[in-house]
Amino acid sequence: MKTNRRTFVGGMSAAAVLSGSRVAFAQKKYDDGATDKEIKIGHTNPYSGPASSYGVIGKAEEAYWKSVNDRGGINGRMVKFITLDDGYSPPKTVELVRQLVEQEKVLSLFNTLGTPTNTAIHKYMNQKKVPHLFLATGASKWGKPKEFPWTMGYQPDYHTEAVIYAKHVLANVKDPKIAVLMQNDDYGKDYWEGFKEGLGKDANKVVKHVTYEVTDPTVDSQVIQMKDSGANVFFNISIPKFAAQSMRKAAEIGWRPAQYLNNVSGQVTTTMKPAGFDNVQGVITAAWLKDPTDKQWADDAEMKTWREWMAKYNPNGNVGDVNYVYAYSVSFLMEQTLKKCGDNLTRANLMRQAASHQKLRVPLLLPGITVSTSPTDFYPVQAVQLQRFKGETWELFGNVLAAEST
Amino acid sequence: MPAFPKKLLWVLLALAFLVPLLRPLFPDVVSDYRLFLVSTMIIASIAVLGLNLLTGFNGQISLGHGAFYAVGAYTAAVLMDHLSMPYWATLPVAAMVCFIVGYLFGLPALKLEGHYLALATFALALAVPQILKYRWLEGLTGGVQGIVLNKPEVPFGLPLSEDQWLYYYCLIIMVVLYWAAANMLNSRSGRAMMAIRDQYMAADTMGIDTALYKTVTFGISAAYTGIAGALSASAIAFVAPDSFNIFLSIKFLIGLVVGGVGSLAGSVVGGIFYVLVDNSAQALSMFVKNDLGLQFDLSAYTVFGILLIALMYLMPMGIVGGVYLAWRKLRG
Repeated sequence: MKTNRRTFVGGMSAAAVLSGSRVAFAQKKYDDGATDKEIKIGHTNPYSGPASSYGVIGKAEEAYWKSVNDRGGINGRMVKFITLDDGYSPPKTVELVRQLVEQEKVLSLFNTLGTPTNTAIHKYMNQKKVPHLFLATGASKWGKPKEFPWTMGYQPDYHTEAVIYAKHVLANVKDPKIAVLMQNDDYGKDYWEGFKEGLGKDANKVVKHVTYEVTDPTVDSQVIQMKDSGANVFFNISIPKFAAQSMRKAAEIGWRPAQYLNNVSGQVTTTMKPAGFDNVQGVITAAWLKDPTDKQWADDAEMKTWREWMAKYNPNGNVGDVNYVYAYSVSFLMEQTLKKCGDNLTRANLMRQAASHQKLRVPLLLPGITVSTSPTDFYPVQAVQLQRFKGETWELFGNVLAAEST
Repeated sequence: MPAFPKKLLWVLLALAFLVPLLRPLFPDVVSDYRLFLVSTMIIASIAVLGLNLLTGFNGQISLGHGAFYAVGAYTAAVLMDHLSMPYWATLPVAAMVCFIVGYLFGLPALKLEGHYLALATFALALAVPQILKYRWLEGLTGGVQGIVLNKPEVPFGLPLSEDQWLYYYCLIIMVVLYWAAANMLNSRSGRAMMAIRDQYMAADTMGIDTALYKTVTFGISAAYTGIAGALSASAIAFVAPDSFNIFLSIKFLIGLVVGGVGSLAGSVVGGIFYVLVDNSAQALSMFVKNDLGLQFDLSAYTVFGILLIALMYLMPMGIVGGVYLAWRKLRG
């Protein structure tokens, strides 16, 4: 199977080289931010403020582009990656992105982080016709090529993921009574809306819906409320700290529902271990990235390459932090997209190339998940696979589920 | 603090109005981005001016002016979004709403003084983003998603770019607000405000209605900051609870202290300072790392903090106070 795909890919790339040779003689074309020597890419990320834990994504991406440049760059051009701190504040993002586009004259933005921050620049980027690629947010609104032809997301959106859980509950739990714990912000709401949509006419099966603020110290009282409601299904929309707390608390007070955990908290060391392995047996979540702390990937080839890269370019980075895996995979996709542009480094061509990936294998995605885009499909990664916690690791089951977002 | 020399003021105003017109001649120097940046400075200085009226001239400390800024911004955004009101018409409404909110908050604040008032306002600043997310208000505020707006369009077919117009719009509002503030401070009411700051007991004994002045000053201060918020909603064309975190209030206070407490010109300097230094701190930390090749991974906030400490050490009365003292030393 593996050899087959490799030969197939090899054949494809040979064909691409042959057909591409015509292009090689064509004139080089550049927009702002690209020259014979350099490609400029802009990025904003919270290095300070309430969301600064995502700062490692920017650091890892900076390291990735350094490794690309050490390998000789992209078609001989060095990548200049400019990353700025917006502190997760939308007005600051607007200011910085205008600086990147109008002063630094970047060719494209890449993986700008946050839902409110990206919302603030959404219109601007499309008015300026500057690529706004592979955003670091799970909201479902980044794939609308008709209204916003210059904006494209990256990861499977929360909405779709929640629909998958809802369908699984209805198909597998007899007479479900569902309790939902939700973080009270845009991320929580996206999951919640998707979950309700997935339940459809069975939305009344939700018997308890409780929320918490990200600044709360614990969610103990919420878990007790959910137990008292008599629910036999627990859908957990929370970040690792609260996910671990709530699953531990549920076990402590003897509540044993069928548990569905959002992908945001699917890591072994940050969630499952602190929750106590005994307490989380059988928990179900959806995944699309390989978890670096999961033993089943210990000898995985892609994971090994990643570990070597981490050791060389992020010697101080935490190899258990899935954000580094995320940054590596999304940067790889950007690198491939830029490579495909050849010498035609215009903004229009960059968008064309971004919207024409065909079953591209991006390292560190789960086996069987690939990136496909088209002029009408601006959702690069759409597939997830369900997994169940067993022993000290996740066990994948069922098929890769590709869901078209609404 | 001394009055600003009149001649210099006119020269600066003339420059402020004429330089942006050079955009077609020097597109790289007078760029849209720079005009936008100066607009954000103007907006910041209006907000700092509002805080200055309260803290600098009336002696009440507020750590929560970000809350009024948010109320102003949301008032403007909701009016534009739900009632399709033109952006300029939202300013007076935002000012009124913020005046009322500020006045009402000023009533219980009468019982609180000094640090206790500072803490109460701090709580207000923490509460407002949460209130904006509140379920019952979601239909109005858009909850965590916020509200996406349109940028102000250039009126009357003037041959200006969007950012040029935004700049003039902010500048005109600022000039009007400063003129009003200067006149107010120069009047009986202004002297009463300052008397309360300097000697509360004496002012009370002289027959000044201290309770009334304190609450009304709170209201006016909130209205100024609210107008700044409404302007920022137009300039950024987006509002969300995340835009108004507690750092915003702290930044206003930094702008106030750095510019000069109790000085109108200081408010302008303060507003310019915090936008400028906030930006250059990041550039500076990148410069140290990339261009000088020093392996200090200084965060922008570290640089910002160092600059702030150095400045406070050199100019304890703020930039305007420091410049004034230096000028006097040179003369005398």
